Amino acid sequence: MAFEGLADRLQNTMQKIRGKGKVTEADVKEMMREVRLALLEADVNFKVVKNFVKKVSERSVGQEVMKSLTPGQQVIKVVKEELTELMGGEQSQIAVAKRSPTVIMMVGLQGAGKTTTTGKLANLLRKRYNRKPLLVAADIYRPAAIKQLETLGKQLNMPVFSLGDQVSPVEIAKQAIEQAKADHHDYVLIDTAGRLHVDEDLMGELKDIKELTNPDEIFLVVDAMTGQDAVNVAQSFNDQLGVTGVILTKLDGDTRGGAALSIRAVTEKPIKFAGMGEKLDALEPFHPERMASRILGMGDVLTLIEKAQTNVDSEKAKELEQKMRTMSFTFDDFLEQLGQVRSMGPLDEIIKMLPGANKIKGLNNVQVDEKQISHIEAIIQSMTSEEKQHPEIISSGRKKRIAKGSGTSIQEVNRLLKQFEEMKKMMKQMSGMQQKGKKKGMPFKFPFM
Amino acid sequence: MSFFKKLKEKLTTSTDQAAEKFKTGLTKTRDNFSSKVNDLVARYRKIDEDFFEELEEILIGADVGFDTVMDLIEQLKHEVKRRNTKDPAEVRDIITEKLVAIYQNGEETPNELNIQEEGLTVILFVGVNGVGKTTTIGKLAHKFKSEGKTVLLAAGDTFRAGAIEQLEVWGERTGVDVIKQGEGSDPAAVMYDAVRAAKSRNADILLCDTAGRLQNKVNLMKELEKVKRVIEREVPGAPHEVLIVLDATTGQNAMVQAKTFKEATDVSGIVLTKLDGTAKGGIVLAIRKELEIPVKFVGLGEKMDDLQQFDAEKYVYGLFSTAFEETEQDSEEEE
Repeated sequence: MAFEGLADRLQNTMQKIRGKGKVTEADVKEMMREVRLALLEADVNFKVVKNFVKKVSERSVGQEVMKSLTPGQQVIKVVKEELTELMGGEQSQIAVAKRSPTVIMMVGLQGAGKTTTTGKLANLLRKRYNRKPLLVAADIYRPAAIKQLETLGKQLNMPVFSLGDQVSPVEIAKQAIEQAKADHHDYVLIDTAGRLHVDEDLMGELKDIKELTNPDEIFLVVDAMTGQDAVNVAQSFNDQLGVTGVILTKLDGDTRGGAALSIRAVTEKPIKFAGMGEKLDALEPFHPERMASRILGMGDVLTLIEKAQTNVDSEKAKELEQKMRTMSFTFDDFLEQLGQVRSMGPLDEIIKMLPGANKIKGLNNVQVDEKQISHIEAIIQSMTSEEKQHPEIISSGRKKRIAKGSGTSIQEVNRLLKQFEEMKKMMKQMSGMQQKGKKKGMPFKFPFM
Repeated sequence: MSFFKKLKEKLTTSTDQAAEKFKTGLTKTRDNFSSKVNDLVARYRKIDEDFFEELEEILIGADVGFDTVMDLIEQLKHEVKRRNTKDPAEVRDIITEKLVAIYQNGEETPNELNIQEEGLTVILFVGVNGVGKTTTIGKLAHKFKSEGKTVLLAAGDTFRAGAIEQLEVWGERTGVDVIKQGEGSDPAAVMYDAVRAAKSRNADILLCDTAGRLQNKVNLMKELEKVKRVIEREVPGAPHEVLIVLDATTGQNAMVQAKTFKEATDVSGIVLTKLDGTAKGGIVLAIRKELEIPVKFVGLGEKMDDLQQFDAEKYVYGLFSTAFEETEQDSEEEE
């Protein structure tokens, strides 16, 4: 099957081995073939894959795995360790020049997301470091690229330096820095035009800008969906310009993101930030260990926990747990819980962050209908507080009223009531289960899945 | 006569500018790919597992797509066994043959656009962010305009900063009107306006731009479905083409893109952009095979006329001609 996650592949192989007490060299070889294919499927460049597999294989055939009592887990550990090491440590700091302003050049292929990222980076500099950046529109080639940066500047309420599209980018950069000094800007972000790494003229132009502005950072902006060519692009830009860091864009898509590994391996330059959405605050520090997990399909648990921590009130969570146990869980609680979960972001994305979610039947392809959640909320909000506390009193007359009030049908109200009852039953079983130590399938099904 | 000779002959008899352009645009692609195949062939004296493994890597390096590569390797192994081939050089011919076969899929590949002889033809462009939708629309507007057609553009990307202005610049360059509303307006409403305008002005072609969106954004995909529905409602049989624009630099995710956008908007063809770099765009073979979406155009540069109709034979010819010419020389020298 195409696009099987790395985790699936590894899990399948590991399951085969888990049954055995001991691992042979042949087993390791088979595992390594799976690791190799999985990485290739994730768009990691084949040369990078080759080196990686060699390394993992050596360690696996060695004492570490073969003598281990849990060889499968040991291999996962080795793979994860090597992957994390290859991705490097977390490095999201931005250079500060001794003498202001600090100059940052944004470079990359067409369509990688340089202009948007320039806006996001400026926003981050101001918000997190309290800086005063000047945006410089040096893309004179793509139609309306200047206009795009100006619009972003307006949205951010930040000045944009532009000389139109008839002045050379080198000249624009030069004058921009003068302007920045005069206006006491401490950062200058130069948005350059997208270009092919094999376009000698345009690469020469970047070198000229570099020569003249002596930038403190040159960020290579790369689309996270890039395939095998990522190595050529990264290598070429790095060789010609000496990039100082990489920004990976469109990581909020569903790509496996193997390009991250390729780029890191050929340039040995840190990936500093990741673009996680279209909004101007959607630029996050790049977390190598999380990326390793993502590529391995182990689920982005850390991000999930972080989201939960910032969005869920721990006091309320405790209270809720108590209610679940004592079966006094009401529609009011349900509504509140729904709100908290929703504040963490789109539900289907949250589910994707759960480790192994792609393995659980019914969860792997779940499409959460946000509209349906709104319907559920509307139904509950159309109940009287007495009905919310004691749903058993809801008669057919009341159902009719609720359906009318929420703009739904009686069937929908019925369905919700039934599912709520089932949920409560499940909760009871769950708390019972803890004593018996028995576990069976999904704890309960949300009515909207 | 080998398969490639036949192909070459067929093409050289009809040498036209397009083929030349195609060749230049694909030079890098071809150099890379074919020299690798040649290296491989030169290095191996016999066909064994290592040979196939390396071949596998070359194809994966061309972003051909994992399943297609596995499939191809299986077929090759089978063919090699059947023909009792001992010479790796012969395998190359089989590779070429199989690649074309995979693309052709036993039928003449439709690369023509579905243009209405009478009345309005509506073409909707979809795809993820940054693939080159607006630029492609500009190039196509130029193409249709120079064919003497009346063209209108619909500025359906109301989200990205500067997107409407970008399309307007293309409108000015090509002398084509752009139907637009303000940034942040409802794209479906823009489409409604555009279709109405196209009908009242008796336009031949309406090219509809949309905002780039990642295919896993459910709400944005629904918005796109709505845009399409508006067009369907206003013009029976429209949109006549839904073209997904794919960046040749994109890896395996291009397959997911094609699949998801097809589900949402019933994509009828592919425009493969940025093929003038070092990226190979091999994923189109897999997409054609698995989803049966043909490539209709390829983008080979940034100029207005750098958009060429896709031709599978020329494409494969472009990929392999250097390899072939080199072996021809070799065999001549041997003689």
